Amino acid sequence: MTDSLIQVEGLSKKFCRSLKRSLWYGLHDIGSELRGGQRNNTNELRAEEFWSVKDISFEVNRGDCLALIGPNGAGKSTLLRMLNGLIKPDQGQITMRGRINALIALGAGFNPVLTGKENVYVNGSVLGFTKKEIDEKYETIVEFSELRDFMDTPVRNYSSGMNVRLGFAVAAQMEPDVLLLDEVLAVGDAGFRAKCFNTIMDIMQHAAVIFVSHSMPQIARVASKVLVMEHGRCILQTSDVGKAMETYYSTFTQCEAQQQISGNGKSTPRWIRLEDLSGNQINKVAFAAPFNVSCGLAIDPGIKEYRVQLDIRSREQQLVLQFSSEMDGVAFNKTGDVVVKVGINAMRLSPGQYVMNLFVADAQTHEVLLAFRECLSFEVTGNIVGYAPVSQSGDWTLEPAR
Amino acid sequence: MYKPSVTTYTPHSSVSNPLAMLVQMFRDLARSRDLGWRLAVRDIQAQYRQAYLGVIWAFIAPLSTTITWLFLNGTGIISVGETELPYPVYIITGTILWSIMIDAMNAPLQQTNAARDMLAKLNFPREGILLSGLYQVLFNSGIKLIILICALLVLGITPGWGLLLFPLGILSLVLVGTVIGLLITPIGMLYTDIGRAVPLFMNFVMYLTPVVFPMPKEGWVATLFQINPMTPIILTARDWLTGFPPDYLMYFLGVNAVALFLLILAWSAYRLAMPILIERMSS
Repeated sequence: MTDSLIQVEGLSKKFCRSLKRSLWYGLHDIGSELRGGQRNNTNELRAEEFWSVKDISFEVNRGDCLALIGPNGAGKSTLLRMLNGLIKPDQGQITMRGRINALIALGAGFNPVLTGKENVYVNGSVLGFTKKEIDEKYETIVEFSELRDFMDTPVRNYSSGMNVRLGFAVAAQMEPDVLLLDEVLAVGDAGFRAKCFNTIMDIMQHAAVIFVSHSMPQIARVASKVLVMEHGRCILQTSDVGKAMETYYSTFTQCEAQQQISGNGKSTPRWIRLEDLSGNQINKVAFAAPFNVSCGLAIDPGIKEYRVQLDIRSREQQLVLQFSSEMDGVAFNKTGDVVVKVGINAMRLSPGQYVMNLFVADAQTHEVLLAFRECLSFEVTGNIVGYAPVSQSGDWTLEPAR
Repeated sequence: MYKPSVTTYTPHSSVSNPLAMLVQMFRDLARSRDLGWRLAVRDIQAQYRQAYLGVIWAFIAPLSTTITWLFLNGTGIISVGETELPYPVYIITGTILWSIMIDAMNAPLQQTNAARDMLAKLNFPREGILLSGLYQVLFNSGIKLIILICALLVLGITPGWGLLLFPLGILSLVLVGTVIGLLITPIGMLYTDIGRAVPLFMNFVMYLTPVVFPMPKEGWVATLFQINPMTPIILTARDWLTGFPPDYLMYFLGVNAVALFLLILAWSAYRLAMPILIERMSS
């Protein structure tokens, strides 16, 4: 049985660019709201207005998770705020069934002067718990936050991470049918983040979830459907997460590598490029296909021995892969103008945009001769979805159980 | 069987179905009792935990007004007419009662402004904020009144049976203040001018109300005093407190009836305006 908990039809919202005008329109809107009329001819934009969200429709069932992705200012948060009932749509309709909770502002209503314990009660009330409910859950909250020793300390003496912990511990007690999540998973230290993630995964199984995030690995892990937004419009709605990410990345202007050169100057780069096996320059590499990286360098004659390292970062600046001559037990000693070439057999990076960094270091003193950051950008193509940045291939066998 | 509640959001104004809106308003009010209480306790605790003088701040302002006027009158700079009550009693009751009204008036805008962050991010019954403000006003009024009654006893005034009706007088001060405050909040949230202009204006109104000096007996000013809807509210509360029969009882009841009606209107306006205000707050 499909249990559709969220239905959104033709949802639109306009915003105004200028503050003065926005306040003035606000006054008008309050007026027409009080008269009970529909707000200002809703199809027309007034001067300096634009569609922050335009014509969005989707449906989410219980147990499903819809991820909203898109560049900054695409209208994801506006959409989320409409779903949360904070602001009214200008067009369209939202229908939701069951208890709705939003994990958006952690620790809302915290007063810095009050103790952790007092703030748990305040925050709980804001989230809609009764005093009795909080009494019952208090132990669990303290346990979850791992802040037992600090419950009688004023919250202003907490670190920001502790604040968020306590806020999350309270919010995690909700048992929603509809859950709205906005980038909250990026909080706390690594250990706590994992804990949060697992809690949310638990809630997700019984709820319809809408999830805004810029973290593609997270989305790949939890989303069952993705809606890609740009300039308020839906440009793709699919359950093919890989395709959605590709579309998301295509919304950015092709990332020109921001080349940046540093080091002690004893090595200077001439050029660097990717080549296919016949030596043609390429900027796209198929998943697991062989290719070469080729690089012209000038090396100071005073250098006796040097090593070269390449590393690869994802669009999120996450370091995902490295190639190091040192690890391969290779060092070079030819100076002057040289061409360094590294053949890569099967680079199994998930499809997407990447940038490459090049480092040359003295093999004896370990001094960095050249750090050439973002020396080139390239794309890995393929039809697979990688939940992790790198997929290694393995030997799969099946044996009958004994 | 568990029947899930359905939430719908559309561009239509809920005014188109006033009855449903009223039902929803009172349901939200009931739902927000806990929250309002919790927020009020939070603010009161925080306020007193950070101040040594604590409670004293609640009546320092009316006290300083009292002293100013006693000085002005005593030195003959300004000559105030005859009052039935001893003049110090007249001013101190007047200023404290007036300050209760002003507190109630400031509460909605102040509380809403202070809760901006929460409002922009979380959906909770907005009535909780108003209730929290109301509770705080009542708490502070309670403290002021305890001090006031002690002062009256010291000054030799024994309140009569009218004292039993006096809480009604206070409620009506709070009611009138809240209505004015609620009415200006939606615009005040958009334009900060309102937050600055209203206290100035009310300062002016105070001098058209028998707060620090008695009603003029004749002339157009006397008429102005008599028309001023604040006059019966202040006078009746003071009469009940000090054991005089209230002179303006009918007008008092009339003003309260109108205020109750306006309260419903102002409250609906507040609710309806909220999403539009939140649109203009940063998230």
